Amino acid sequence: MKWLAAAALGILLLLPAVLNSYAVTVFIFIFFYAFLGQAWNIVGGYAGQLSAGHAAFVGIGAYASALLSVQAGLTPWIGMLVGGLLSAALGTVVGYLGFRFGLRGFYFVLLTVAFAEVCRIVALNTDAVGGALGYYITFTGNPRQFQFQDNRAYYYVALGLMLAATGIVAWIERRRFGAYLIAIREDESACEALGVNVFRYKMLAMVISSFLTGVGGTFYAFYLFSLQPNAVFGIPLSVEIVIRPIVGGAGTVLGPILGSFILSPLAEASRIYFGQGGWSGAHLIAYGLLLIAVVLFLPQGAYPVLRRLWSRPTTR
Amino acid sequence: MPPLLEVTGISRRFGGLQAVRDLSLSMARDEVLGLIGPNGAGKTTVFNMLSGFLAPDTGEIRFDGRPIVGLKPHAICRLGLCRTFQIVRPFPHLSVLDNVRVGALARRPHMADARSRAREVIEQVGLGDKVEQPAGGLTLADRKRLELARALATEATLLLLDEVMAGLNPTEIEAIVALIKRINAFGVSILLIEHNMRAVMSLSHRIVVLNFGEKIVEGKPAAVANHPRVIEAYLGEEYVHAPSR
Repeated sequence: MKWLAAAALGILLLLPAVLNSYAVTVFIFIFFYAFLGQAWNIVGGYAGQLSAGHAAFVGIGAYASALLSVQAGLTPWIGMLVGGLLSAALGTVVGYLGFRFGLRGFYFVLLTVAFAEVCRIVALNTDAVGGALGYYITFTGNPRQFQFQDNRAYYYVALGLMLAATGIVAWIERRRFGAYLIAIREDESACEALGVNVFRYKMLAMVISSFLTGVGGTFYAFYLFSLQPNAVFGIPLSVEIVIRPIVGGAGTVLGPILGSFILSPLAEASRIYFGQGGWSGAHLIAYGLLLIAVVLFLPQGAYPVLRRLWSRPTTR
Repeated sequence: MPPLLEVTGISRRFGGLQAVRDLSLSMARDEVLGLIGPNGAGKTTVFNMLSGFLAPDTGEIRFDGRPIVGLKPHAICRLGLCRTFQIVRPFPHLSVLDNVRVGALARRPHMADARSRAREVIEQVGLGDKVEQPAGGLTLADRKRLELARALATEATLLLLDEVMAGLNPTEIEAIVALIKRINAFGVSILLIEHNMRAVMSLSHRIVVLNFGEKIVEGKPAAVANHPRVIEAYLGEEYVHAPSR
């Protein structure tokens, strides 16, 4: 398994040398969504608290670092931490309301969606951040401003983000924190009885998750150079974030990456083939069908199935 | 030294139902106290109040001399009072070992320590050959053992066992009675709710009988078993003076 991971990493590091610019872009989205999925995985996958409003954290992080960069000249390399902290602050509020008052299941989903929608509507109606017209960043190509002439630089930044988040999740999984999160997902009351401060650990998961997602917002802003409230705070982005770990295997270290490698090319292909002639948005139908299939046939996602197939020949 | 557990005048009402009324009891160290009573007498409500899952409307609870009313269940567990659930709540997708490790982590924050402690406890309750099995696939008897093991792994000094024998066959009950005796011999005090009279009589040093939320009798097992108020509570008034066969 170690060799396999090292080989995969080597290939990913060398890949930009042979890929054309379009393929590099596809990989950038695979990595970036895997990163966001991994961030979500901490609270949604491990702790089992289904946030369907993670776009709020992307948006806050994106607007924060973009505004700080354009208005105050602060480099996004620092702005991304500010954005992460602001997102973590919002995560704290959402988490507090949800966990202190015991909102579970669908109610927590609704709470998180509601917060994301509030963010979207506020951004739409605040002229200082561009309102409905959106907020634009002038491209300078200055790496200090998180801007790169070469698409391949974004490739490595996105890869780095994905690997960092995966490292954090792998680290959490091997610790008491991770063991507690998994147990909380299974049965909160039993955890309480066994000395687990359920509220504290769910909050911690939410704060880490929202911080990382907010950091991702900076990448979003300085890769696309335009922020539209409906896109960056919208429910579709939240769905994009959630669906990858679920398809790949929520609550597993490799699930979000696997899910992103499955779904991003799928979305890309359907955009190419259905993009014209009134078929735009068909990838959402494909998502819907895929999600139904996953829930029906692979409720734990693709990763556990792959691992079983992988380990079968060696155990017998 | 204060008593291990001292409950003074706790009450709890659910709407129009007075589930527990002015209950006082105390437990000495190393004691096994049986809490019995007909269905709906308020036994589980008492457990919920002792373990912090419910707040009493009035009254005081002291554990090891320390007031614990208002503390969260996890904080009470960390003081050394741990409860099991009447309807067992294993973490179904986790292995037996991972289940028990969650309990062990309460005192041993390092995964490796917690793991070895969990293995010890699993051996102790007799689940040694099922360490890697997912908890969801265990038989009821084994799930009850698992529930016990998890609580034990927290290194509790007082265990509240809520009907750990319900649904088990006589052989399984015998085994679990022996197990509880062994746990008690290690210096763990036990408060148990139980409907199996033979088990409760053989395990308990003292018994408290609840009916309609009130304590009606308290004493040694033999004295409680023949007490007219207990017979009345379980069987009805007409049996109290009925000639025994």
